[in-house]
Amino acid sequence: MHEMSIALSIVEAVEERARQEGAGWISEIELLVGKLAGIEPESLKFCFSAAAAGTLAARALLAIEEPEGVGECGECGLTFPVNFYYAECPACRSLRVKIISGEEFLIQSMTIEEEEE
Amino acid sequence: MCDTCGCSTEGGAVLRKPGQSDYHVHVNEHEHAHGEHHHSHEHGDHHHEGSGRKVLLEQDVLLKNNLLAERNRGFFEARKIFALNFLSSPGSGKTSLLEKIIPALKQRFPVAVIEGDQQTTNDAVRIQALGVPVIQINTGSGCHLDALMVNRAMRELEMQDNSLLCIENVGNLVCPALFDLGEALKVVIISVTEGDDKPLKYPTMFHEADICILNKIDLLPYVEFDVARCRENSMRVNHHLEWFELSAKTGDGLAALQEWLEGKMEQH
Repeated sequence: MHEMSIALSIVEAVEERARQEGAGWISEIELLVGKLAGIEPESLKFCFSAAAAGTLAARALLAIEEPEGVGECGECGLTFPVNFYYAECPACRSLRVKIISGEEFLIQSMTIEEEEE
Repeated sequence: MCDTCGCSTEGGAVLRKPGQSDYHVHVNEHEHAHGEHHHSHEHGDHHHEGSGRKVLLEQDVLLKNNLLAERNRGFFEARKIFALNFLSSPGSGKTSLLEKIIPALKQRFPVAVIEGDQQTTNDAVRIQALGVPVIQINTGSGCHLDALMVNRAMRELEMQDNSLLCIENVGNLVCPALFDLGEALKVVIISVTEGDDKPLKYPTMFHEADICILNKIDLLPYVEFDVARCRENSMRVNHHLEWFELSAKTGDGLAALQEWLEGKMEQH
């Protein structure tokens, strides 16, 4: 359940920034969670509601964008979609595949509201 | 609640030392003051129902852990400490392997150990018997070590310069993969009593690891485990993996790992 400690770090990061911005509360948080990031979005949403209780993010909607994995073949240079770490190049069958996208795990933005709850 | 001092350990880890039942240090991260409000905006001004303001963060979710891990890494570099993060499912033989290799390694250079478990100091007690500095992190409900716990633990641990530091993570093939501790290399251990498809089932861990150790090879005659297939599966996930096959019990194959570690200690 690493999603719980991750949910707590998200809440901590957005709350700190929201206070700096003088926000009343946070209505939405946009996350980028790559398909290969090792995070289960459903589990994260579940943990988030518990982690955010009593904070400025308590009513925030969690919007999660999930970029697909993309690999690049180290032999022939082809780029192609990958769903797992054990991808092989569809053209030359090489296993020397470098993941170039899909491991993102970012808090992209949040929407803050002025009025106090 | 902490069973020693009665304070809350909810979400917090505790450091312990074997044989010192009164010693315990809480790992608390909330040192900043909550409740500080900086309301610079004017209230009652420009209120639009539901029209919030978008603030860009573009911040790594694990930023805090990663920054702290880099601090740990800097500390290790400055003191020429070579830190290894040992990862596996429970029962694959992490502690047994350390018990077996440390007596030989400590003849060549100083060795220190950080033990991670949810509860008990059992593993730290086993390591202490080898005569090397050891500290136990009890994560409580936590399923992994993080950079903060290691940061606190290494301050309590008396480590000499040029040491090999073995950090034994909580037995778990999932969560610890995501948390950088500041180690030089990650070592994943599997045993032949597990399935040879484990690298495919838990690819994140094998993808993150630098070294893979197959343990308990003395049991191969009694189990259905295809070593070649396991190795191939591991390489599919991570073709950079350094591969070792050994038995911590019989000592078979240990020499190769020991030699490799000694080489690393000279290089780093």
